[in-house]
Amino acid sequence: MNLIEAKNLTVTLGGHVALRDVDFQISQGEIVTVVGPNGSGKTTLLRALIGAIRPSGGSVRHQPGLTIGYVPQGLAIDPTLPLTVARFLNLPRRRSAKAAAAALARAGAAGLDQRPLTALSGGQFQRVLLARALLEKPQILVLDEPTTGLDQPGSAAFYHQIEEIRQSLGCAVLMVSHELHVVMSASDRVICLNGHVCCHGTPDVVASAPEYRALFGTGTRGALALYRHDHDHGHDHGHDHNHAHEHHHDHEHSENAPRPERESADDI
Amino acid sequence: MIFDDFVTRAIFAGLGVSLAAAPLGCFVVWRKMAYFGEATAHAAVLGVALSLALSVSLIGGVLAVSLAMALIVASLGERGYGIDTLLGVLAHSSLAAGLVAVSFLGGARLNLMAYLFGDILSVSRGDLMAIWAGAALAGGLTIWRWSALLTATLSRDLAYASGIDPRREKLFLTLALALVVAVAIKVVGALLITALLIIPPAAARPFSRTPEAMAALAALIGGLSVLLGLWLSFIYDTPAGPSIVSAAALFFAVTHIAGLARGQS
Repeated sequence: MNLIEAKNLTVTLGGHVALRDVDFQISQGEIVTVVGPNGSGKTTLLRALIGAIRPSGGSVRHQPGLTIGYVPQGLAIDPTLPLTVARFLNLPRRRSAKAAAAALARAGAAGLDQRPLTALSGGQFQRVLLARALLEKPQILVLDEPTTGLDQPGSAAFYHQIEEIRQSLGCAVLMVSHELHVVMSASDRVICLNGHVCCHGTPDVVASAPEYRALFGTGTRGALALYRHDHDHGHDHGHDHNHAHEHHHDHEHSENAPRPERESADDI
Repeated sequence: MIFDDFVTRAIFAGLGVSLAAAPLGCFVVWRKMAYFGEATAHAAVLGVALSLALSVSLIGGVLAVSLAMALIVASLGERGYGIDTLLGVLAHSSLAAGLVAVSFLGGARLNLMAYLFGDILSVSRGDLMAIWAGAALAGGLTIWRWSALLTATLSRDLAYASGIDPRREKLFLTLALALVVAVAIKVVGALLITALLIIPPAAARPFSRTPEAMAALAALIGGLSVLLGLWLSFIYDTPAGPSIVSAAALFFAVTHIAGLARGQS
């Protein structure tokens, strides 16, 4: 059975139809990425799928007892609210100190537990959000543009972490991203959204679909190939030498990129 | 019996209200609900008029009208265009309507000042029991829903993803707020209830690292404000409710200056 399933999902926000007739499903262990230009309804889709927005048409079904680990795009923490990382990890349910420390380590944020949330860098903050989501023992991890505000090595490292987590926990991953090329290479399926589903399928299929090219241009194809190369490369090296790998990754990137200025254009 | 003394009754009434107001007030501060609290509290005057006109219990009348106002305001949503203005309209027009309604009852029948600024020294044993029952209920409700409320305060989406309905949690908060307003009207009066909700948590903020520490410190500061305020009011013969709020404001000034001196405000 699918973990989350949406049929003919339509969402109206403030009189404007943000999503129209979206069909969606995700099953155990799958990585699905939603791409689309600004204002295409990506975040709206995620929020409707986790149950934060009531659809105006169609349906969203969760597998009974589904546990969701949600990583929002960021949190607006009121300065009057004092919150340490350790306390944040215990929301909404109390966790053992051991479990919290393990989740922080798994998310790559070990040792941050006594810091106030407001004293974290952008990258640390995203990792703490990820650690909290992991403590929910999620069957599905839902991430909304998790690398906003991170530089390119930073976001590459973050996605690497997500893949490791997927492998070790076996959870499904649903994410929204702007960084098409990085994300697509790691995905089982890609959904290209622009108020409705433009096209969907494996990264190959989507990248060569005319609808996708109409939205993102053709330059992305080269970038996709480039990143797929890096991705394979990562598999060759296995899991150790994390740091060395990242260095190498950057190096490869600059060496192989035929037109680096093209890439930033593709980031949209 | 210790509650035979009106001073003792005043102290315990003040402590009861300030203990319940502390954790609730933290949420009022974190969620930027000051105006929301104000609208609910001002509606209490209308509740006073209603309970006198219908000859029902004062706390019951105030609770009913405050709860109705709180539910109306809560249904307007937390954000959106003009919400600040809308709350301002509701807060002040409910106060004005309450004052007009009271005037219809004939000035001789009640001392309006007692409801606007409180009359803690006239708290009866029955009042005291009602205050503690309402305060215990409001405090208990806030503590019971604490984690869920905190999650929903931080992010509605995070709450939804964890199976918490933020709208339901807000209803609990609204109910607790109406309860505190109902029991606090005798202690500090409709005009200063919001002060008792907001000032102690705000004073506690510079020395708190976690939400729970802030609530506990706010309760301590609220309790001390009641004691200090009542003491000052005896010595200088000042009105009790405003003296309590002034004492709380003093604590606010002290902790924030001390916080600045420590390099973290």
